[in-house]
Amino acid sequence: MPDVLVFVEYSEGKPVKAALQALGAGSRLATELGGSAIALVIGGDGGELGKSGAGRVLVASGDAVKAYSPDGYARILANQAAATGAAVVLASATPMGKDFVARAAARAKCGLAADCTELKVEGGKPAAIRPVYAGKALLAVQAPGQLWATLRPNAFAEATTADAAKIEPVTVGFDAGSLMAVVREIVEGVRGKLDVAEAEVVVSGGRGLKDPAGEGKQNWQNLEKLAEAIGAAVGASRAVVDAGWRPHGDQVGQTGKTVSPKLYIACGISGAIQHLAGMSGSKVIVAINKDENAPIFKVADYGIIGTVEEVVPALTEAFSKSLRG
Amino acid sequence: MEIVVCIRRAPTTDARIKPAADGKNYEPAGINYDISEYDKFAIEAAIQLKEKHSGKVTVLCMGSKEATKEVRTAIAMGCDAAELLVDETFRDSWATASALAARIKTLPHDIVLFGWNSVDNQSASTGQMVAELLGLPSVSVAVSMEVADGAAQIERLAAGGKREKYHVKLPAVVTCQKGLNKYRSPNMKGIMAAKKTVVTETPANAPADGVTVLRLQPPPPRADGKIVGKGADAVNELVRLLREEAKVI
Ligand SMILES: Cc1cc2nc3c(=O)[nH]c(=O)nc-3n(C[C@H](O)[C@H](O)[C@H](O)COP(=O)(O)OP(=O)(O)OC[C@H]3O[C@@H](n4cnc5c(N)ncnc54)[C@H](O)[C@@H]3O)c2cc1C
Repeated sequence: MPDVLVFVEYSEGKPVKAALQALGAGSRLATELGGSAIALVIGGDGGELGKSGAGRVLVASGDAVKAYSPDGYARILANQAAATGAAVVLASATPMGKDFVARAAARAKCGLAADCTELKVEGGKPAAIRPVYAGKALLAVQAPGQLWATLRPNAFAEATTADAAKIEPVTVGFDAGSLMAVVREIVEGVRGKLDVAEAEVVVSGGRGLKDPAGEGKQNWQNLEKLAEAIGAAVGASRAVVDAGWRPHGDQVGQTGKTVSPKLYIACGISGAIQHLAGMSGSKVIVAINKDENAPIFKVADYGIIGTVEEVVPALTEAFSKSLRG
Repeated sequence: MEIVVCIRRAPTTDARIKPAADGKNYEPAGINYDISEYDKFAIEAAIQLKEKHSGKVTVLCMGSKEATKEVRTAIAMGCDAAELLVDETFRDSWATASALAARIKTLPHDIVLFGWNSVDNQSASTGQMVAELLGLPSVSVAVSMEVADGAAQIERLAAGGKREKYHVKLPAVVTCQKGLNKYRSPNMKGIMAAKKTVVTETPANAPADGVTVLRLQPPPPRADGKIVGKGADAVNELVRLLREEAKVI
């Protein structure tokens, strides 16, 4: 059957946004293929999913899924991929999806199209398009059998359907004792910190902001204020991360995170090819740089030539004024 | 301790990638290669494990014959033995993982290390696939690791900067992220050792790809941008454009 099975990740009792986007993408692809979308929830209740594009909602619960386990989740997803006979298996390319879906695909003896930004039907068969070489090229792929793909957060829209789907429990089929790797404990990151890879707006700082332990202190505070004013996550160039000015989880680029927010604001970043690779999939790019020849202006939709000292606080002020109406 | 580290030869990150005439691969002219960045953290982790627990590090690479250069760099950094599974074409993570797993099965292995992602194919899946094929536990995107008494304590980077803590029995597969360590550069002694090391070459015998390439295409071009203005005077116009033209705020 040309159904699409979508793993829907839960966090703190709720489906994560990227997972709802994957479900939206799955339901549109299923319609094109003449089937329907089936949501698979592991360790959540599946409520509220009925109207997000799924025709059916499968829920796996019990002791074996109380804590996340890559091998455990892989077994459940592979089992349901076989049981539903879906033509396509999807998940969001979040840190969790990237971790266990590859295991699940291997268990199903399938390949994986990872971190895709587009799904379509070509020659009557599902196809996935994924950025490679950090976005310097796109690879379009198909699978000889079941197509497995993870989807990049923010690259797909959520869906809404009128009818609520039925929730069906599925058997897990193994107990917690048989799991090989299980999360023992979760150490919080900085409280309430938005992840650059998942944020809708990203404000990034480069070497142009200078050392936060020295003359750049005010610049980084200004950048945080700008981010706060517009609900953005703070990102950084590798130069900044290597200097120890920001944690490596903030690094955007070919050897950092790939981001595709709706708005990316690069401050004091030159725009090296490795940095561009990680953020050129953003919908709108703004650059602030004192050097009018900086390569970042070649990819920016809007640029301001000026120093971060002057422009960043003024921009925060202008955004705040505009948001107040 | 028997340590296996899997590495990949990939275009350097400053490479300009253009689709080749066949429409499926990239144009190879002018491309330089290196060990894929994250694999260097895996090599370093392997060498540190050997230094602490004694043992042997075997570096395993599936790739073209030219990849002996990258394999020798790994030896020069401090790995002991080297094997190249020769396959001259671009293979997906399923084919690669299958060939690597089949070989690792025949090698002694207490721990198998990978980079968490490759800088070219960016599938971030080969390590976990190998673990599944070998029936071993896997922890991906490791940023800290301690090995003692036949088990490993590992922290992996999860969503929102959180860290998940795992305790897994060895043998296990671990994929390494920046932050796990700072990798070393080869020293003179290592470079001399690498010259003398025999790199075993065997055909990879990889199965067919799990996903097949329809085409490699350039990304859609970005529309020309505009300079809104200079200095603080330009911010109000920028905000207006973002709201009214781009409609992103
Ligand atoms: C293997 C490899 C992988 C890499 N991966 C990445 C990666 O993932 N991500 C990444 O970002 N880089 C990566 N790089 C590094 C990359 O090549 C660049 O070195 C780096 O991106 C530069 O960071 P930057 O733009 O902050 O610094 P710089 O290049 O030093 O640029 C600073 C910019 O700030 C501007 N500036 C200075 N002062 C001010 C001021 N007061 N106001 C406004 N503007 C000012 C300057 O005009 C300049 O354009 C990688 C490199 C290698 C070799």
